[in-house]
Amino acid sequence: MDGVAHRGSIAAAARALNRIPVLARGRKPENLPVTLDRRRIYIVPTRAGFGFGLVLLVMLFGALNYQNNAALLLTCMLGAALAGSMLLTWRELHDLTLRALHAEHGFCDARLPLQLVFADDGRNRPGLTIAVDDLEQPCPLRAGKERARVTMPADARGWIEVPRMRISSTLPFGLFRAWSWMTPAQRVLVYPRILADVQPVVRSDDPNERIAGGDEFAGLREYHPGDPIRHVAWKASARHAHLLVREFDRAAPGQPLRFDWRTLSGIDRETRISRLTGWVCDAYAAAHPWVLILEDQRAIGPANDAAHYHRCLTALAELP
Amino acid sequence: MKRHDAPPGTRIVASTLAPLPFTLLCVTVLCVLAAHAAHLPAWYTAALAVVLAARWWQRRRQPRRVDAWLRIAMLVAVLATAIAVYGTPIGRAPGAAIVCGLLVLKVLESESVRDARMAVGFACFILMSALLFDQSLGFTVLVGLMLLPALATLRALQPGLPDSGWLPAFKAGTVLLAAGLPAALLGFLLIPRLSAPLWGAPDRGVARTGIGDRMAPGDLHSLLTDNAVAMRVGFDGAPPPESKRYFRGMVLWKFDGRAWLPGLAARRSSRPVPIGVRDSATHYEVTLLPSHRHWMFALDVPIDSPEGAVMGPDHTLWSTKPIDQTLRYRIASATDYRLAPESLDPHVRAAALDLPAGFDPRARALAEGWRRTAGANDAAIIRDALDLFRAGGFVYDLDAPPLGRNSIDDFLFDTKTGFCEHYASAFTFLMRAAGIPARVVIGYQGGYWNDFARYLLVRQSDAHAWSEVWLAGRGWVRVDPTAAVSRVILASTGGAADDVAGAGSNGWMPWRNRLDVINRWWGQTVVGFDALSQAHLLRPFGIEHATAQMLGVALAIVVFVALGLGALLATLRPRAKPRDALTAAQLRLQHRLARFGIARGHAEGPRDFYARSAAALPDSSAALGELATEYLHLRYAVPEPPPERIREFVRRVRHFRPRRVVK
Repeated sequence: MDGVAHRGSIAAAARALNRIPVLARGRKPENLPVTLDRRRIYIVPTRAGFGFGLVLLVMLFGALNYQNNAALLLTCMLGAALAGSMLLTWRELHDLTLRALHAEHGFCDARLPLQLVFADDGRNRPGLTIAVDDLEQPCPLRAGKERARVTMPADARGWIEVPRMRISSTLPFGLFRAWSWMTPAQRVLVYPRILADVQPVVRSDDPNERIAGGDEFAGLREYHPGDPIRHVAWKASARHAHLLVREFDRAAPGQPLRFDWRTLSGIDRETRISRLTGWVCDAYAAAHPWVLILEDQRAIGPANDAAHYHRCLTALAELP
Repeated sequence: MKRHDAPPGTRIVASTLAPLPFTLLCVTVLCVLAAHAAHLPAWYTAALAVVLAARWWQRRRQPRRVDAWLRIAMLVAVLATAIAVYGTPIGRAPGAAIVCGLLVLKVLESESVRDARMAVGFACFILMSALLFDQSLGFTVLVGLMLLPALATLRALQPGLPDSGWLPAFKAGTVLLAAGLPAALLGFLLIPRLSAPLWGAPDRGVARTGIGDRMAPGDLHSLLTDNAVAMRVGFDGAPPPESKRYFRGMVLWKFDGRAWLPGLAARRSSRPVPIGVRDSATHYEVTLLPSHRHWMFALDVPIDSPEGAVMGPDHTLWSTKPIDQTLRYRIASATDYRLAPESLDPHVRAAALDLPAGFDPRARALAEGWRRTAGANDAAIIRDALDLFRAGGFVYDLDAPPLGRNSIDDFLFDTKTGFCEHYASAFTFLMRAAGIPARVVIGYQGGYWNDFARYLLVRQSDAHAWSEVWLAGRGWVRVDPTAAVSRVILASTGGAADDVAGAGSNGWMPWRNRLDVINRWWGQTVVGFDALSQAHLLRPFGIEHATAQMLGVALAIVVFVALGLGALLATLRPRAKPRDALTAAQLRLQHRLARFGIARGHAEGPRDFYARSAAALPDSSAALGELATEYLHLRYAVPEPPPERIREFVRRVRHFRPRRVVK
């Protein structure tokens, strides 16, 4: 219990610190390019740094006590080198410029990969670490290879803000940690969550036609909310604890599948979107052409290429 | 494994130790063992090195800790060894043995980055403690270099190093140690020294070196084969001639049949007899290396005692504190002197004639025989004695045979082989037996005159014993019986028989003597830099006596200035090198146009940029148009542009001067 209370107090202290304006630099969204100048780089010793400070202190007092100048000189040399390492740590971040940020495609609930493009200033930064939502991700930069890939959390579909990133380094000796905050004012698109629990019910253009696509009865499966009532196998269900629905074979190749918003009734909006997303993904994986019909009757497709795939997913992601 | 749970692109916090840092850690620990090898038993160091190598090999095959029971067994073995060898676990040498063992133990259980960092910190401390045993320049530099593997280990524990990154691992540490050297030196100068130790007495229990307080046959032997530096002497004027380079240490009055001891007459309560100086005094400065004793050495015979020293009745100098650190003192001596020429105090006279009863009857008989023939002529007796050494078949040899109960008799009539202490002892005995007041003086004689740096280097092997006899009208006169010995056999144990002039020069000793200049500089400026020299440090700034507080302020200023300078250095941007001549020329043009307020935007292509520039500078638009065509052609139209056309483009860019529109 004590541990929890302790952690709580640390979090409270961290929140309080975050309000101090000096420490909050780089936390407001900024337009790219963003350069880390000396005013927004912070540096403190790590635990190992404090340990080494203690070792240096013991060495200093030992050398002074034994009035041994050679030992004192050695202590001074080590101290100067370790203090100098602080500058190298700081230099890892200094003048780092984030030029551009590209989001790759990602779905909700998975981590969204981001590509960060830094300015090439001819310097190696092998120890750079970027933390998005406390997940430390190493991003070594070399002169001429100034791109880094990190992932950010994506827990809602649609356009979301790029979260604050902490860029830090402990090079060269791990005795100091320099860090800085960066919040690029940029939004990235997150595709909806994929729900692949239900096979698509494929319907022809005529809503009154009983079954389209494949007429062949394929089997029974458990009922999921959203399945059309007409597909329920009542007789079979009577012998089971759950409702069963009839499944039918896919449409014949060449004929586009139809993923219609309206066939998914009786379930909440987000689940509908997720299920449609799952179907689109499956169809794209199978390279089968499909048509997506949205809530407002807007039909996208038919096609089966990547552009169509992304158009569909973008449309789903942008649904209100 | 955790690795599968983590999202892609995630680093698993590298808590386990990679092979490269572990190997570097082993190298660091090996360096520490090497630094302490000189004062630990060789078998102990070797055993620790073997354990370390075994651990390295074991971890290469199978990265896991060594079993706990093995580690406990080793801990017990380390402590038991220290107690068995030294009798106590407390003290410097046993302490060094124990910490070295503990460091190797730490390596045995090092499996994480944290363990390795702790081991490196511990290793740095133990490296420093090696300097408590030896502060010489060479060793200090060696230990300083041993910091490099320690820093390389720290670097290798960090990410961003290629797998075979031995050299890159060493780079950061080397650069930082070199760049930090000026700051380290300033810190060394300014860190306030303690006037008294905080705990313990430093250097307690260290083997005393140098000349001891007594002289028994064979006592000086280990000294005469020791090439360690005893002291360095710089003279204000010309150095005294070689025949007068006798450095007085202590005077031994009492003979107990076997050994010569200071005796009651050397008590420092009595005042020294006045010195009749017949020539101008010699002024000089002595840098005495730590002997952990009280004796100070001065050219025969010192006129006054330096600060912190007392002069005994026999003109010996006695430091009130043991000489635990290098001691520098200025002093004046008279090389041509008269000591108590008129009369001798009866007590002193009695002490100078005292001989133990029942020892050495044949030597006594010999001396009494000389006295009978010579009558009152003391000088003739001295001549007789020296003649005996010269012509009596005596041999100078450091490997002197052991002597029996009547040591003087055995030496004079039997073995006839020995070195300075045998001759001084026998001569003084003969003089006393003949009724001439005599005493033994021990100190250093000779030394190596370094003509380049103009100082006299005196080694322990220059230790010497001679006699002083009192002659009416002349006072105490120095007689060196060893110089009378003609036949010299060099000791097989070492070429240090320097008390016969020029005898002990083996092959590389001259070089060592010449290179001693560097050691002298180190000893004077670094090792000998004490609280007193520090107090005078700020003299150039008008502060006569710097207090610890002032030094602290100066130190703080230095730290800030050093960090500021370092920060400035760190912010210097490396100039990004353009990849080819074409890009360089284009950048040059852009730079020139930027001064006219036409800066190329991030998203602006070259064609647009040229067009915009031409529109802004109508007078140069024709030239810019040509340049644009040429650049676009060279950059985009041909896969490998001909070099002569690039050269032409570069030339045209160089000669291009934008013309400002004159309105």
